[in-house]
Amino acid sequence: MKDESRRGFIGKAFGAVAAMGGVASLIAMKKTWDPLPSVMTAGFTTVDVSPLEANKLEIAVWRGKPIFILKYSEDMKPTDGRSVKIGDYYFSVMIGLCTHLGCIPAYRNDQKDFKCACHGGEFTSAGINKFGPPPRPLDIPPFKIDGTTLVLGEEGPEYKAMMAKAGGA
Amino acid sequence: MAEFKQADTLYEWFDQRLGIDKFVKVMMTEYWIPKNINFLWAMGVLLTVMFTLLVVSGIFLLMYYKPDVNMAFDSVNYTIMQEVAYGWLFRHIHAVGASVVFLIIYIHMFTGIYYGSYKKGREMIWISGMLLFVLFSAEGFSGYMLPWGQMSYWAAYVITEIFGGIPLIGGDLVVWIRGNFYVSDSTLTRFFMLHVLLIPLVIIGAIVLHFYALRFPHVNNEEGEFFDFDEEAEKYLAGDKKNSKVVPFWPVFLSKDFFVLGFFLLFFFYLVFFHYDFAMDPVNFDKADGLKTPAHIYPEWYFLWSYEVLRGFFFEIAGISGKSLGLIAFAIANAIFFVMPWLDRSPMVKPANQRPYFKYWFWFLIADLIVLTVYGKLPPTGANAWVGFASSMTFLVLFIALPFITKAEAKKVGGK
Repeated sequence: MKDESRRGFIGKAFGAVAAMGGVASLIAMKKTWDPLPSVMTAGFTTVDVSPLEANKLEIAVWRGKPIFILKYSEDMKPTDGRSVKIGDYYFSVMIGLCTHLGCIPAYRNDQKDFKCACHGGEFTSAGINKFGPPPRPLDIPPFKIDGTTLVLGEEGPEYKAMMAKAGGA
Repeated sequence: MAEFKQADTLYEWFDQRLGIDKFVKVMMTEYWIPKNINFLWAMGVLLTVMFTLLVVSGIFLLMYYKPDVNMAFDSVNYTIMQEVAYGWLFRHIHAVGASVVFLIIYIHMFTGIYYGSYKKGREMIWISGMLLFVLFSAEGFSGYMLPWGQMSYWAAYVITEIFGGIPLIGGDLVVWIRGNFYVSDSTLTRFFMLHVLLIPLVIIGAIVLHFYALRFPHVNNEEGEFFDFDEEAEKYLAGDKKNSKVVPFWPVFLSKDFFVLGFFLLFFFYLVFFHYDFAMDPVNFDKADGLKTPAHIYPEWYFLWSYEVLRGFFFEIAGISGKSLGLIAFAIANAIFFVMPWLDRSPMVKPANQRPYFKYWFWFLIADLIVLTVYGKLPPTGANAWVGFASSMTFLVLFIALPFITKAEAKKVGGK
């Protein structure tokens, strides 16, 4: 009986040590798979939009993601809360990944919309989903406007206003 | 220590120390297999051989493959395919083998469903087998990423993106799995580790469990007959081989298996040498480009049915988005087979053709899986999208209906 309780104590003590070690190892293993600091601090992308042509899609790269920058032509109406005025022109600035499963939709400049070849999703020129499986409009990356320059990765007042509108709607 | 007498032969020396005689009896010469079986019972041995072939060809590929985004593509398509002597052979064995292993897994799995080999004591065989199916799927997916072609990249992208559908943690989880905001070098290297070490280790463990799970309930037979294996084994050992319902695993059962294996290997190496192209998608011979989605993305043939279930729901139903519905259906499709033993409420262990209602269910399921597979490869536009939706719904309805169908069957046959 006495032996039993001593063995029981040793067992419980070992269990406690092993559990602590186990939890500590899991944390370490989880963190090993986290993105590296160099990835996290990956810089900002700057795009000068003044030379862009209307109704022709420009694709910039930010954090490995394609960013759609589309300058509107005369006949394209800006969409409230999604179109951005840079200088004298309106633009769409969006992450160019289908919100269904992340394929890159193609721009059809005759129909002025986006079509995703993977599962047939379609978006308007402002990135609003209009057909197929995409559950929401194309995401808008954090941006700041500096004259005719677009800085991706920084939250400017235009971006914040846009997000506030999206949140309030 | 036990008393050891002087060994007269080398064999005796080893037998004293390792108990070879006893081991061979337990594992081979006195491991009993029913006599009343057909060639479909050879699939387990075929799969063991295929797994070995994949490991061996993989070891040779591993000596030249480089898990780095800048080098991976060329290390496969230039170094292994063009420079290494017989490098093409090992790659083709590995690629064709990965495809064929799924063909045999499906035959093995549907043999089990057809003959009711998943219930009445055989539940653990079935569950460990399904676990192996999931592990082989993970192994296939992680391996497909390694050549770093366009299909590798976009399959990796789309499949890791699926985890983003999990509520609350989804977005962070995707970044954690990839080790970056997009599929990148960290993703490639960690999936390389999973493919060549961690998943194969777990697979080997699961194979041992699968074989062990067979020992107590024993292998099923063509008529689903239950009999006393000890009694039948005694008859066999006493010399009454004709009336005994069992044969030893070795040499009797395996000799039949080797015959089937012979035919299979001819077929397999015919594919490896003359028709390897079916396992080599041309799109994957373009190097991965994260900024250019291929016009049409599809998985290898063996994932097409579940891929079609994933994208079958392309519109909102009752306020739940098509994407969420697809993910839920996809999760169900991959998990539902695990609970087969409990969805089948009929006590009958018989081949499907002798079961009054189950036979219809079985052939409906096969037909639906074929439709899903065919449409999984087609672009999801127009009528195709609706066929995808209908066949995905059929798949779910079949499994919802199974308990009711089998319950009715149990009533009809009166608990037999």
